[in-house]
Amino acid sequence: MQVELRHIHKHFGAVHASNDINLTIPAGSIQGILGENGAGKSTLMKALSGFIFADSGEILLDGKPVHIASPADAINHGVGMLHQDPLDFPPMKVIDNFILGRNGGLFPDRRTAAKEFKELAVQFDFSIDPDAYVDMLTVGERQQLEILRLLWLGARALILDEPTTGISLPQKEKLFATLKKLAAQGMTIIFVSHKLEDVEFLCNRVAVLRQGQLVGEMLPPFNVDKLVEMMFGKVVSFGGRYPLTPGASTLHLEHISLEDVRLQIRDVTLDVRAGEVIGLAGMEGSGQATFLQACAGLVRPVAGKLSIKGADVTGQTHHVFKHKGVAYLPAARLEQGLVPGLSLTEHFVLAEETHGIFINRDQAIRLAQDRIKTFNIKGTPVSTVESLSGGNQQRALLALLRTPLSLILLEHPTRGLDIESTMYIWSKLKERCAQDGAAIIFISADLDEVLQYSDRVLVFFTGKVSSPLDAEKVTVEQLGQLIGGKGWEAIHA
Amino acid sequence: MRNNKWFNLGVQLAAVILALLFVTVILLLVKAPPLAAFQNIMIGSVGSWAKFSDVLISFVPLLLVTSGLLVTFAAGLWNIGIEGQITLGAIFATWMMRTLQDSTLPPALIIILTILAGMFGGAIWAALAGALKTFGGVNEIFGGLGLNFVATALNIWLIFGPWKRPGVASMSGTVPFDVKLWLPMIPDTRLSAWALGIAIVGIIVTYFLLQGTYFGLRLKAVGKNTHAAYLLGIPTWQYMMVSFALCGVFAGLAGAMQVTAVYHRLIPSISSGYGYLGLMVAMLVNYQAAWAAPVALFFAALNIGSIQLPVVLKLDSTLAGVLQGALVLFVLLADGVRQRFVKK
Repeated sequence: MQVELRHIHKHFGAVHASNDINLTIPAGSIQGILGENGAGKSTLMKALSGFIFADSGEILLDGKPVHIASPADAINHGVGMLHQDPLDFPPMKVIDNFILGRNGGLFPDRRTAAKEFKELAVQFDFSIDPDAYVDMLTVGERQQLEILRLLWLGARALILDEPTTGISLPQKEKLFATLKKLAAQGMTIIFVSHKLEDVEFLCNRVAVLRQGQLVGEMLPPFNVDKLVEMMFGKVVSFGGRYPLTPGASTLHLEHISLEDVRLQIRDVTLDVRAGEVIGLAGMEGSGQATFLQACAGLVRPVAGKLSIKGADVTGQTHHVFKHKGVAYLPAARLEQGLVPGLSLTEHFVLAEETHGIFINRDQAIRLAQDRIKTFNIKGTPVSTVESLSGGNQQRALLALLRTPLSLILLEHPTRGLDIESTMYIWSKLKERCAQDGAAIIFISADLDEVLQYSDRVLVFFTGKVSSPLDAEKVTVEQLGQLIGGKGWEAIHA
Repeated sequence: MRNNKWFNLGVQLAAVILALLFVTVILLLVKAPPLAAFQNIMIGSVGSWAKFSDVLISFVPLLLVTSGLLVTFAAGLWNIGIEGQITLGAIFATWMMRTLQDSTLPPALIIILTILAGMFGGAIWAALAGALKTFGGVNEIFGGLGLNFVATALNIWLIFGPWKRPGVASMSGTVPFDVKLWLPMIPDTRLSAWALGIAIVGIIVTYFLLQGTYFGLRLKAVGKNTHAAYLLGIPTWQYMMVSFALCGVFAGLAGAMQVTAVYHRLIPSISSGYGYLGLMVAMLVNYQAAWAAPVALFFAALNIGSIQLPVVLKLDSTLAGVLQGALVLFVLLADGVRQRFVKK
């Protein structure tokens, strides 16, 4: 089925997530969609699969304009989407998941469905027991189930969002074989990924998105350098760097191994010194968030030793880390870092050391006024945090940090902020490094930010962690390649 | 812009009027005179000192459980198990009283120990619901509901089993205690000034606990965003457990009051639905301690005032419940509508 997108626009508040996207995907092709986090890949795919509506623009299937009102509507039109996190029902049986989306009758015909399920599975060499429960399956098998389900429902165009994250190599090979087979049968495959290698291997055309715009298309043979440049754009300079004067060891990781549902991080050894800034680069979900949380004591390492200023804190709770001067600022400010419904004053009171039982209101208000002024927060002591803008919420989070601190861990400290707020926040953070000798570890999707403010950089790719790279010697292009899984041999050589 | 004080007050007032209209319509549907019904509720609750003292008797346990529930609501917890906690308070109080009633201790000391036992019993039952949530992953609503049934069964078993009246067990409860072990009452009424005083002190303590202390602020932080509270250094599950226990103390106190000041024995329906009514009061006052006392008093008045409806108007006294329920529903509804309105 030929899929055509014409002049697709989508705004989320002030963000132009899809900006006049025009893309034609011929039947039987495997179209790669590349782009960094927030480039607008998911938005575009969700608009095509009925999860969200475009503000304007047209979708044509086999040349006919269609209106896709919901995911169910999309599959009726033959468009099926495979989400990064499988949208299935783990406590239910495979066969029940399989027939869930199907209309028809009060009593599902499980027997016929099971027969058809098996026939389909054999075609693609999948071996899933229809009577097994979904929570017993691997991510790869759940993906296979989802593919079979969509095919059974009549999908003629299949969208896959980051399908190779969290599945094993044999499963990946099987997935690719399946996709090639489907394309050969005239199916349209849209493969959304940030893994250059996968795209290069699988796709027969590639489109690159950046900041909501389609910045280019390419046919094989692919020029990887060119693709990276299209993905990340040109380097923007933020001004001068600060020279590093490394201090005493603050955080020491010794052969740390971490595990989460998706990936495993093996054997990381790192010494973080007072006053230094370490940037963590990588596509979302490559392991950097887990790593940062482990440094905060929020995730327990499965092996290895972790110490702060020489004291062993392996396996201790976050509160122990906090007492040792570690602060963790989550990415979701309002969901995880601040307490909606409470005022700025109440936040400052909560964050400070307490004296006695009763809160001294006057003193609390004075503290709040003082911090609001110092951190240039646009708000009053009685403003609730949810009434503040994103930038001011981030300033508030920074204002909550106690003094002194030995280690500040930040997840996307400047995400969604304008340039002025960004520079302000970094000036405050750098102050901490210079004055208190605090070390900083931060995650950012913005490679320029990573290179600009870090002294050293760790790159994450599907759980692999690079050795610390000197930020002055790495270029944005090189970093982009590493994030996409290319050029790892060179840095480990 | 539309989020100002007067607008909010207007919305609340409209909700109360709507609730009254709703009840009026129901009364008209059953062909009863609405004005006469409302008038009788008034007369039946504040018509005389005797009636009003009955209102205050009902006000005591209601205000106590509401105080407790304000603490659990602050921590974001739905302590449905409050009914069982009242019952356990009453059981523990009765047990202490039965143990000590024949001793040579001074009656005042026995009464104090009885009340303390009641508070302890309520706290244990609440802590059980809290532990089920914290360590067993059982939602406090389900855990509390289950424990309510267990508490009722335990109560009935005690009344008809080990603590039954000599001769024949009866729904009228255990053998009443000696008059010297009753909380002293105001002459010509069944109201104990002590019980009333304890309830009022209770709500004042709750008010200051939630408004002015670090504990109260932290509890609110836990209730509004557990994750952020944890990152801010608050031991979250410990705070939840403490809030459960505190609420249990209040509920147990209410149960002990019912035993020592009202019934002077253990009866099967000792909690009398005050726990559920307290949940409604807490919701109606939007979890603000300052409003709890007047609204609880109003609800108690509705309860007592409606008692004479069957006699005078041949209406069922559950009309009070209809009015209370309608009030809560309409106020919550009005708030929902207001929030939509403000967002737009």
